[in-house]
Amino acid sequence: MTDERHHFRNFAVLWIVASVIVTPIMIFLIGPGLPPGNGSVEASGQVTDNTVLVAMATPVALLVLCYLGYAIVFFRERNPETVLDGPAIRGDASIQFWWLVVTTTLVLVLAGYGSARLLADGSGGGQGPNPIAIPKAPHGTTVLPVQVIAQQWQFTYRWPTYGGVETRAIELPANTLIRFNVTSLDVIHSFWAYELGVKADANPGVNNVAFVTTKGPLTFHVRCAELCGVWHGYMFGTGTVVPRAQFAAWITQQRAQYAPATKNLPPYSRSYFPQPLRRGG
Amino acid sequence: MTAIAASPPARRTGWRQLMGFNLLTGIILGVVGWFIGYSAIGLHLHGAGIAYYSSESGQNDIAIVLGYIFGVIGFLIGLGFANYPMRRLLGHPPSLAAHESEEEGLFRYFTLSTDHKVVAKQYMIGIGVFFFVGGLNAMLIRTELLQPNTHVFGANQYLTLVGMHGSMMMGIMTSGILGPFANWLVPLMIGSRRFAFPRIEAFTFWLLMAGSVILITTIFFGGFQTGWTGYQPLGAQGTAGYDAYIGFFALVGLSMTLFGFNLIATIVVMRAPGMTWSRLPIFVWATLSTAALMMLAAPMLIAALFMAGMDRTVQTAFFIPGQGGSAYLFQNLFWVFGHPEVYVLALPGFGIVLELLPVFARKPLWGYRLAVSGMLGVAFLSFFVWQHHLFVSGINADLRPFFMLSTELISLPTGFIFLCFMGTLWRGRIRFTVPMLFCMAWAFNFLWGGISGVFNSDVPSDTTTHGSFFVMAHFHYTIMGGLVFAFFAGIYYWVPKMYGVKLNETLGKVHFWIMFIAFNSTFAPLFGLGFLGMPRRVVTYNPSWQGLNDWVSASAYVLGLSMLVFLFNVCWSMLVKREVAEVNPWHSKSAEWQLPTPVPLHDFDRTPIFDEDPYPYGVEPVPAGSATVAPVGGST
Repeated sequence: MTDERHHFRNFAVLWIVASVIVTPIMIFLIGPGLPPGNGSVEASGQVTDNTVLVAMATPVALLVLCYLGYAIVFFRERNPETVLDGPAIRGDASIQFWWLVVTTTLVLVLAGYGSARLLADGSGGGQGPNPIAIPKAPHGTTVLPVQVIAQQWQFTYRWPTYGGVETRAIELPANTLIRFNVTSLDVIHSFWAYELGVKADANPGVNNVAFVTTKGPLTFHVRCAELCGVWHGYMFGTGTVVPRAQFAAWITQQRAQYAPATKNLPPYSRSYFPQPLRRGG
Repeated sequence: MTAIAASPPARRTGWRQLMGFNLLTGIILGVVGWFIGYSAIGLHLHGAGIAYYSSESGQNDIAIVLGYIFGVIGFLIGLGFANYPMRRLLGHPPSLAAHESEEEGLFRYFTLSTDHKVVAKQYMIGIGVFFFVGGLNAMLIRTELLQPNTHVFGANQYLTLVGMHGSMMMGIMTSGILGPFANWLVPLMIGSRRFAFPRIEAFTFWLLMAGSVILITTIFFGGFQTGWTGYQPLGAQGTAGYDAYIGFFALVGLSMTLFGFNLIATIVVMRAPGMTWSRLPIFVWATLSTAALMMLAAPMLIAALFMAGMDRTVQTAFFIPGQGGSAYLFQNLFWVFGHPEVYVLALPGFGIVLELLPVFARKPLWGYRLAVSGMLGVAFLSFFVWQHHLFVSGINADLRPFFMLSTELISLPTGFIFLCFMGTLWRGRIRFTVPMLFCMAWAFNFLWGGISGVFNSDVPSDTTTHGSFFVMAHFHYTIMGGLVFAFFAGIYYWVPKMYGVKLNETLGKVHFWIMFIAFNSTFAPLFGLGFLGMPRRVVTYNPSWQGLNDWVSASAYVLGLSMLVFLFNVCWSMLVKREVAEVNPWHSKSAEWQLPTPVPLHDFDRTPIFDEDPYPYGVEPVPAGSATVAPVGGST
């Protein structure tokens, strides 16, 4: 039927033109502004990943949006008083078949791409006690372990390679692979260093590992991303990435300052079980 | 099926009606039950030293939980749920006559009724009330978030509001569409006179109401700080208000399970002659797939809450790390229920939208089998995705690629629904009535819900969006944009048949446009706030985000206003103007519209026989060159 072909062609042209115009705009204008920015290697990877998702989602969204617009304009009943039937079309085998093929391909590509990125460097997410996606440390450096201890309602940081000192602030050396060992003393929290692209739940009794490779100096925000009780909203702070020499000076100063407290700490461990569980929070 | 007793018992009239079993006696016995459980038993157990854990905080969780249990039992006995088993034990014949009558007028809505049309209207009002209470909570939440640092409510009150809003919307609105519409429509659509288990049908409603009241009592016990997810061990350390959360969700879970069984049994067994599987209206298919989810998923929730309750009352340690328990266990059980649960909310919306489209596009449903397989596919896959809620939790990290794939696979059957949506509109003669406007808005909103879902399902992208406002925006686009818009489409569409009154079309359009614009204006900026790094459920936030938050709050108030327009429309059309609806104002060809208004007590004079497909719209293809279209309006 000519009417059928006519509409099909017009809509296809509309959609393709819209996609060709809008998709590059989304990639080049919106893409660079996508979170979480370029604060670390993993964060940059997430920005790339988000850009790919936006690029794939744009034509899909435009398909539905253009279609809704097209239907509203061309398929509306001009005279709402009359009740006239449209053509009795009950389906179309070839459209259904190709829709299935195209959407399946899209989904498999998406899942494959996401898995490849995830398995390459872990993408800054918590990987549990036995991580499999371990990024390579920058040339000539070694991994720096930092234990993140969450409790109601603050994060503290323990440095096993610096005598097990526990600090309230966090500074990280630039251009270094950091291994966060995230654990909790009471309920479930989530360690979220936004600019570094790191998020790992802090579970009591569990060592949840997340990797991040820092770049240049910056200030990053740390927030708790899992509801952990009344003062959850106030469980935030900042940290900094500083040049390596400055970090060395800072951690030495911290070791000296907290030396009396460090003696009373329990020995460094992957997790801790304080007793008893407090009530009434 | 069930034999109806020859002579129904004599009925009381006037104020004497109050002497029988009804809501009033239910409430009275419910309160009596509370005092038996709480004071007469619970407090004595406490004194005997059993409630060791509770005594530490000065809160007697055993007494409170027993109070809830006995209260619910008293409430149900007061409503008359014990009468039938007692009568059977005493040798009386089975009869539903005691619970079905038109003589009682409005009073029957306040009693145990087994008429599926009465239960549907009870659901409509009951759920409507709690929907508005939940919406009011949202207004208060947005009021608190107007300012980053000045607090209207304390942190504890704020979290309680967040938890009550979430629990109410997720718990009660599971029956938001199924309660009013499935109860009312499924028997009419499949040509049955009632549900397979009419008493259980009534039971699910009153359980839900009992649960909802229990949830509200949380404010007397210090609220709960866990949100609707109720994670452990935060819940174990929470105040006594968490017991209300357990009681509420356990009753909701029980109600969902029974409702699911009842629906499946009804649809499988009680279809009229000729109602083959391929003639089943698409709404019934949506109901069936939802029922399967409810039946299989809700028991997980009951199990999790039972264990959580044991941890709090009798000192077990299912979820207490360091005492042999695991915090992961609760997360796993909760989300094995929780993810199917969100499809329990979404699928009935699919059903309503696809049911209404053929009526307003005047075309058969495009791709009926594809739509059915889409719904069943969503239902099936939804059991294999739950750990995407735990992508950064460190549990089974090596399985993340699998859960990423399974989550993204759900977009295939959802895509089927969209294809059927678009195919049905194709070259239709679309009339944009109020229900149709809500259907179009459903497609627009659900599109953004689906697209943002891809970002959440992709682990590298999810590292940022997890637990942020982005997720909040995502599920409000799918649940409010999907379920609630479809819910209103259903209300505007079916109220003329259910109540015999047509809702004002102009006010309906005003309601729609305010709601649609305010909804998008409220939730679209939340994607941005999530991208900027705002975590969920915080009482304070970075002052630089205040502008966006104030915009969202202002839009949320307008969204609340649109609900008042709806309420005004209901009052105006039902009470003031009372424009009697035509028998079939939409010229629908579905079975329920061929019945007289109001639908008689036993639905059909004689069992209907179905002999054509459910959407006999449209002009069969004619030879090329001819453009004749036959008018079909006014057929009843």
